[in-house]
Amino acid sequence: MLHFSRLKMIAILLACLVSILFALPNLFTKEQLASWPRFLPTKQMPLGLDLQGGAHLLLAMDTGELKREWLQTLRDDARRTLRDAKIFPTGVGIVNNHVQVRLAKAEEADAAVRELRKLVQPLGSAMLGTSGEDITITKGGDGTILLEPSAQGLQQRVIHAAGAAIETVNRRINALGTAESTVVRQGADRILVQYPGLTDTKVLKDLLGQTAKLSFHEVHPTMTAEEVRQGRIPTGYRIYQASERGDEQGAAYLLRETPVVPGENLVDAQPGFDQRTNEPIISFRFDQAGARRFGRFTQENVGRPFAIVLDDKVLSAPVIREPILGGSGQISGSFTVEGANTLAVQLRSGALPVKLTIAEERTVGPSLGADSIAAGKLASIVGGVISMIMVVIAYGTFGVFAVIGLIMNGTMVIALMSAAGTTLTLPGIAGLVLTVGMAVDSNVIIYERIREELRAGKSAVSAIDAGFTRAITTILDSQLTTLAAAIIMFWLGSGPIRGFAVTLTIGIFTSIFTAVTVTRLLIALWLRSERAKPGRIAVPI
Amino acid sequence: MRFFPKFNGYDFFPHGTRIDFMRWRDICFWGSIVSIIVSIALFLTMGLNYGVDFKGGTMLEVQTKSGTPADIQTMRNQLGGLGLGDVQIQEFGTTNDVLIRLEAQPGGEEAQQAAMKKVLDTLGDGFVQRRVEVVGPAVSAELRRSGVLAVTAAILAIMAYVWFRFEWQFAVGTLLSLAHDVLVVVGVFSFFQLDFDLGIVAALLTILGYSVNDTVVVSDRIRENLRKYKRMELRDLLNLSINETLSRTILTGVTTIVVLIALFVFGGSVMRYFTFAMLLGVLVGTYSSIFIAAPVLEYLGVKRETVTGEKAAAGARS
Repeated sequence: MLHFSRLKMIAILLACLVSILFALPNLFTKEQLASWPRFLPTKQMPLGLDLQGGAHLLLAMDTGELKREWLQTLRDDARRTLRDAKIFPTGVGIVNNHVQVRLAKAEEADAAVRELRKLVQPLGSAMLGTSGEDITITKGGDGTILLEPSAQGLQQRVIHAAGAAIETVNRRINALGTAESTVVRQGADRILVQYPGLTDTKVLKDLLGQTAKLSFHEVHPTMTAEEVRQGRIPTGYRIYQASERGDEQGAAYLLRETPVVPGENLVDAQPGFDQRTNEPIISFRFDQAGARRFGRFTQENVGRPFAIVLDDKVLSAPVIREPILGGSGQISGSFTVEGANTLAVQLRSGALPVKLTIAEERTVGPSLGADSIAAGKLASIVGGVISMIMVVIAYGTFGVFAVIGLIMNGTMVIALMSAAGTTLTLPGIAGLVLTVGMAVDSNVIIYERIREELRAGKSAVSAIDAGFTRAITTILDSQLTTLAAAIIMFWLGSGPIRGFAVTLTIGIFTSIFTAVTVTRLLIALWLRSERAKPGRIAVPI
Repeated sequence: MRFFPKFNGYDFFPHGTRIDFMRWRDICFWGSIVSIIVSIALFLTMGLNYGVDFKGGTMLEVQTKSGTPADIQTMRNQLGGLGLGDVQIQEFGTTNDVLIRLEAQPGGEEAQQAAMKKVLDTLGDGFVQRRVEVVGPAVSAELRRSGVLAVTAAILAIMAYVWFRFEWQFAVGTLLSLAHDVLVVVGVFSFFQLDFDLGIVAALLTILGYSVNDTVVVSDRIRENLRKYKRMELRDLLNLSINETLSRTILTGVTTIVVLIALFVFGGSVMRYFTFAMLLGVLVGTYSSIFIAAPVLEYLGVKRETVTGEKAAAGARS
């Protein structure tokens, strides 16, 4: 137990040296590190948002809305498909969670199902061995057909929407500045945004708070929304409410549901000011296809109004004075300067596929973060120093060896976290301090064992040897059980629990290493130097 | 050659103690059972003072810009009239630091955000936001579920490990002492209605780790002595094992407690409840290893044959 080959010794020393090198950058500022030679590691432990200050937003996608939208498209598609096939149902509508088609003639059911099957899309891939369809079609009695979105179909849509939403969120956040923000998916329908350094989340929330689906619609040529309210809405038209931010609050418009130009054709949007009224406006530009379509529409409809619709609310419905052929225009809607800026960013970065709500928000101001770092540092130093003094008092020279091991332990945890880029959080600091406390335990177990063996009358060498041999199983057992708890914390825990679990786990491994190798090596070296001296070896413990 | 300074350590603890721990076995054992039952009763009747993490709602920490003490009474009047239900306002750490808590607002995620906005608008410009936590109903429900799951899974995993390494009797002892530790800490938090949030769950899990660490050290010695002294009465053997490991138990316990006190005093107000739970847990965990895990072995009776059977291999090694 106490013999170390030269190779092993060098390996241990090397491990310590490398750890010190990797831990070292944490003592310097970023500016100082910039001037370091290239071959030295300069990575610091990344600080969690609770330490450096910043915002953490967990956004949830409205999957219900996603499903509603899907059902609407499905209804429209079913209606069109049947019409194309010259089958005329008496009604196509959304009932609960499916689209219900009621046929005029029950004998057309088979033909109708055949046509509707064209809407079904296969899911999954043959390669992955998954299969299925996104819609199930069932024939009810008396000429009804039910189209029902399947669970997997919805799941796939959620995944697609999440991917698209992440891209949009990223683009919108990047417009805020160049901070190192991260946007990642969490679970199936959640998006986690982390934005270091940001404390006032209002701007961020405004930016992400609306889907910003902009489209341009034709207004019904003859009928108004009021006239239609009592009677039947003409096919293809829908009543839209005026936006709260527009000029005509409370008004309603009868618009064609399919837009003349959808928002996807928008390529640029910039905030600006109206030259006459000096009111904030947004000028936009269409791509070629959009410009052509808009040009043709305005040519044919001079003197009639069209509607600019944002998120299903009418922003304004100006009258077309002359054909707009250049593919650009401007939107006004009693914006504030700030509002115009936000909307321009939203329009530029594209619409969100679905509305996002804030499921969780955690923000830490920079002053609190700095306070936490200072408090954590002080607590670690005080706790560390006191426990080390105790160990030295209790075990003398051997205590000093243990303290060297403990310092090495702390260094290694910091080195590993820096090298692996593991974030240090406030609970993480607690984990670090606690690791030091528990690492003392390994040494205590070994030394108490050595004392016992000495009392039993063994010689110094065999007592030390037995102390290490016997104590190791105990140390392993006790540390591995703690490890089990730490792994479960990491696996099931969230946020603060995870940060704590990570440092604890790393600390368990390093404390086993330092107690059974670093400290043991020091004792072996000590023994060697004692043996060179004449007389019986006395263990200073 | 004199590389190393040489000075002797001071042996704090008397060795070769013969404290009859098993004499208090019955009192402590039943005392522990009673404290478990009381804790469960407290939890069921008084419940826990859940933080924002588990209950949902909003927590704001604000600081006066001027650095002067905040006028809590005025704030209470202003915010109380907003119609946001129960608004808790308290000083936090220093007199110019205030913690505001809103209960979960009916109406899902968006309602929480609206409520927070109202509070911030009402407070006006005199304050700096130090910390904001808004947890919606979906997330808080998940956090509750995963918290309970994590603690249960940790206990079971630890028990499985102990079962694998020792005899089943040891696993039962461990299970009982772990359940005791967690429940007593929960009971204390319930009785004093202290804030119970995610950090406390982390503390509970660490307490489990510490407590089982302690239990394993004692169990290890019991197993070793079972092989060494084949004729000794089980009761005496348990006493001996606890006595032999006593110096370690105390030294490690004291060191950990010292470190925790440092965290408690200097670690800032955000960590205070966490360290308090840990302190409590270390005390309870040390107690439970000696007075629950070990006596259970006597109640259940460890089969020596199995343990001795293994001995041949282990004995040959040492």
